[in-house]
Amino acid sequence: MSTEYHGEIKKMMIILSKATLENVYAAFVLANGARMEGIEAEIFFTFFGLEAIHSKKLEHLHVATVGNPAMHMPTMLGGLPGMEALATSMMKKEMEKIDMPDIHEFLDILVASGVKLWACRLAMDMFHYKKEDMYEGLSDVITVGDFYKYGSGEGTHMLFV
Amino acid sequence: MEKMIAGKTIAVNEEGYLTDFSQWDKAVAEEIAKENNVELTPRHWEVISYLQGEHKNQVALSIRKIGKSNVVDIKEFYALFPNGPLKISTKIAGIPKPASCL
Repeated sequence: MSTEYHGEIKKMMIILSKATLENVYAAFVLANGARMEGIEAEIFFTFFGLEAIHSKKLEHLHVATVGNPAMHMPTMLGGLPGMEALATSMMKKEMEKIDMPDIHEFLDILVASGVKLWACRLAMDMFHYKKEDMYEGLSDVITVGDFYKYGSGEGTHMLFV
Repeated sequence: MEKMIAGKTIAVNEEGYLTDFSQWDKAVAEEIAKENNVELTPRHWEVISYLQGEHKNQVALSIRKIGKSNVVDIKEFYALFPNGPLKISTKIAGIPKPASCL
């Protein structure tokens, strides 16, 4: 069998460093879309990205209303109490319409699809999180070095969200 | 476009998906499956006939819907049709490639 490489993407290594709903969904859709095309996918959750796999926090992620020009909302208004919750509930309604799963169900889909989920060792220590605090489908808590090692090989692409 | 599949001339698009479902039969499915390194078992046929039924009812197919189908779960779906289950299974089933990102 020929093993000639023509530049096709074979594996997506996605680093999620944020826990705002729009960023988490972007990372999840990219990982799921890779698997649907037969491309391997792994996600490394670091810093605030860890909230997307923290059992008690993952159901409570919000859309960013401050510092997000695409919201077309004056920053002063975005900072008012309740604005984030309002924007979040509006976005969740729209997502339901296009058949977008919620975060927990999406994690289940990713795991069933063969996506590996890694938590960053350093960020886990910084936030004082334990593995048992996290979503049950988490593969392991690893170092950056481990993540690079898993990404070795032809056709791997790394993406920072 | 036309392509010879299982000894018949079949109308397909540029990605090899059938454009006329009336030309589909089990021999056509077997040959497309072989091209995609899938060996069809009774479980594959159950999933294929489910997909064809959904297509007939004009349901947009997605991984999430298949996971909730009670026919096959997502993990088994990936095991049955490796390397892109939704696009490979629909090609074998003779129905269009779903445009879904989910």
